[in-house]
Amino acid sequence: MEPVIFEERQTQIHRKGTQPFDLACNKDSLAGAVSQRACVFCGSRVVLYPIADALHLVHGPIGCAAYTWDIRGALSSGPELHRLSFSTDLQERDVIFGGEKKLYRALMELIERHSPKAAFVYSTCIVGLIGDDLEGVCKKVSKKKGIPVLPVQSEGFKGNKRAGYHAACQAMFRLVGAGDTTGISKKSLNILGDFNLAGEIWIIREYFKRMGIEVVANITGDGRVDDLRRAHGAALNVVQCSGATMDLALMMEEVYGIPHLRVSYFGVEGMAESLYSVARFFDDPEMMARTRELVREELAELYPRLQEFRRALTGKKAAIYVGGAFKAFSLVKAFRLLGMEVVLVGSQTGTPADYQELHDITDEGTIIVDDSNPLELSSFLKEKDVDIFVGGVKERPIAYKLGVGFCDHNHERKEALEGFVGMLNFAQEVYNTVMSPVWQFVPRKVRKAA
Amino acid sequence: MLLRHTPKEITERSALTINPAKTCQPIGAMYAALGIHSCLPHSHGSQGCYAYHRSTLTRHYKEPVMAATSSFTEGASVFGGQANLIQAINNIFTVYEPEVIAVHTTCLSETIGDDIPQIIAKARDEGKIPPGRHVIHANTPSYVGSHVTGFANMVKGMVDYLAQSNGHKESRVNIIPGYVEPGDMEEIKRLAGELGVPHIMFPDTSNVLNGPQTGRYHMFPPGGVTVEELTRTGSSMGTVALGTLASGPAARALDTKCKVPCEILDLPIGLQATDIFIDTLRQIAGVTVPESINIERGRLLDVITDMHQYFFGRKVALAGDPDQLISLTQFLVDIDMWPIHIVTGTPGKKFEKKILEITKDVPHPVNVKSGGDMFLLHQWLRSDPVDLLMGNTYLKYIARDEDIPLVRFGFPILDRIGHSYFPTVGYRGGLRLLEKILDALMDRQDRDAPEESFELVM
Repeated sequence: MEPVIFEERQTQIHRKGTQPFDLACNKDSLAGAVSQRACVFCGSRVVLYPIADALHLVHGPIGCAAYTWDIRGALSSGPELHRLSFSTDLQERDVIFGGEKKLYRALMELIERHSPKAAFVYSTCIVGLIGDDLEGVCKKVSKKKGIPVLPVQSEGFKGNKRAGYHAACQAMFRLVGAGDTTGISKKSLNILGDFNLAGEIWIIREYFKRMGIEVVANITGDGRVDDLRRAHGAALNVVQCSGATMDLALMMEEVYGIPHLRVSYFGVEGMAESLYSVARFFDDPEMMARTRELVREELAELYPRLQEFRRALTGKKAAIYVGGAFKAFSLVKAFRLLGMEVVLVGSQTGTPADYQELHDITDEGTIIVDDSNPLELSSFLKEKDVDIFVGGVKERPIAYKLGVGFCDHNHERKEALEGFVGMLNFAQEVYNTVMSPVWQFVPRKVRKAA
Repeated sequence: MLLRHTPKEITERSALTINPAKTCQPIGAMYAALGIHSCLPHSHGSQGCYAYHRSTLTRHYKEPVMAATSSFTEGASVFGGQANLIQAINNIFTVYEPEVIAVHTTCLSETIGDDIPQIIAKARDEGKIPPGRHVIHANTPSYVGSHVTGFANMVKGMVDYLAQSNGHKESRVNIIPGYVEPGDMEEIKRLAGELGVPHIMFPDTSNVLNGPQTGRYHMFPPGGVTVEELTRTGSSMGTVALGTLASGPAARALDTKCKVPCEILDLPIGLQATDIFIDTLRQIAGVTVPESINIERGRLLDVITDMHQYFFGRKVALAGDPDQLISLTQFLVDIDMWPIHIVTGTPGKKFEKKILEITKDVPHPVNVKSGGDMFLLHQWLRSDPVDLLMGNTYLKYIARDEDIPLVRFGFPILDRIGHSYFPTVGYRGGLRLLEKILDALMDRQDRDAPEESFELVM
């Protein structure tokens, strides 16, 4: 067999059951390896971009703005300023003489024209190098225009996406605490780490409403600046996608004493347990009763329909490679609910605790991998003869080239996958791709039949 | 209205690009490098750059896109990226075993001032480049030019590093196809083959980014120009370069380095530009044009004449890359359409001059801007509406808000298929463009026609 694994990467791959579990992670990617990871700027941009009534200005050469122009289907119920692409489009002379003046002019012009509630200014690699005083320019504009203008220290080379999440949280935290919190219910929370892909946060908000809970701020899906400013008035932070927004929850806990709960809205177990844990937090028997009723109603609707999918999908094999590990936990459980076997699971940026948890919940023989690459992934997919691969934009064509079904659990999902209804959508999507008649024509199946 | 934020009044903007009609150099360099067989493009910068380029190319082609990166960290940004690049070269040749690594720089490594040729030399001295393998490079700072410039620089890099003269002139023509789709490259090769002109085309992304489903994943798909062919370009008797901006620098470099004379032509999009391409090939190679090509040409002309009443006076707004827009504008003018708003994000004043020359007889004021953006285009057409939009996927916002039909053309196309398989170059490509334009216009006419004038035969 061709060598597909770098010697240096051996420790970042584990086959459950073969040896004691000790997966190396949190490492910088090997130079020259075709990693599927991205940069700090990317992390900040995906977290903040759904705040729909803010101005998002990318301070750098054009590419950083062009590649992140409306790529994440984060829906807004109102303003859509976030879907435009604004860039200072730095040129050679700016790199030599500095881009501060240009940034100032760009901000002034944009704020005048669009009257946003706040502005986020993203720093890129080059800005970090030429030493523009982002903070200074932002302060000056903020004073002139009377809105918060927030620098996001997201120079690409400072690390991977996780460092970008942190920079985003720091920027958002500067908004928190500025708004009026009068009238906010004692039974209230902020939703952190949901980006309203395919309208998912609307599903979750509806559940909380049925439980009798006020949602103060969406962070950040369908997000609004004013909500963020009064987010410190909420009694609780519920945090999904912990990598992206946990830092903000911790800062709010430290400064405003707001406790947080880790939740997941993917899969039946995760969704139900998340709602129950919120109800337990508020320690309100009536709320708990309403929550039980909610879960019962939803499951009564969901289960019979899931059984049909389960009958068809039992015994099929799934592979998972996602950005953050939290998503992988829920996916492992969701596949189990469908009677499917997870034979490969990995993430770009998981932590030791994440991988330990993955190890605990997966079956013997499952491959667990950190910061993988297409060659490794394709060899694992072939070895395990999988029926479906779950990943993002760069993984999709690998699956299709091999003749394997695919489900996008990332920016390009078209159906809501969160909530009880999301589990049904997920099952439907998995069924559609795994059972599709198109695979009968692909060489992989033809060879097997012959 | 997604673009409700666009005001009609146009004010001078000097500090700001809104909704760009370009992207940065490195992605063009990556695309060009994928047109070399068994080549791994390498981004000398931080991880985000190449992740974005791979994602964008994947969205456009629906194909896996392979590339590597130096994975800059804070340390590399302070001390320079030499150690990262040498380690990367070693790792890549050890595990992925490509024949070529094509390094392009980024704004980060350019500003740090990494000297790539020196680093490559060091890697060679240290034995990190196995015998018979190659590392080539292009400087592609993101703050200069656009993705087209990056493409041009990498194609020139192929000449700089690999082309060699063996002292003779062999009866063969080099063709540099320009920043066009894999299907276009295939069509250009087919036309040259039909003419009976022996040729080497570089780069060549056909069968790399429009490959078949084989049930196998190939890190290096079967297509692409080989190193051996690239070497021989220095001994060809001439070069035909298509697209001044994308192909000109490589063609001139080949002339300087190996004394291979070149003809730099417009991209063969539309009747006239294809005529010139065919005629130039014919003259250089001393062949006669076969009847099969005359028939193709005749068919294109036939559709132009059959349908000219539907083209006449229809106003068009265009956004895209200079080489494409020059040929396309000429084609539209030739069929009596009126291209009246034309914008490219790529800087360069020659473009504006050339477009104004092509459109001088259009009986309507013409707006043209290089270094512009889609925000400006939208402002123009809010004051002076058009019947048709042509450009990449990002025009769909304007198309929806202003309710104008859109023909997708250019890069990137993120929401439709076809562009990687069906050419827009050559006579057949012209036919396809006309079909798309007519479909868009006539579907609209059908949709909007009052019942009594809704026509069966058109």
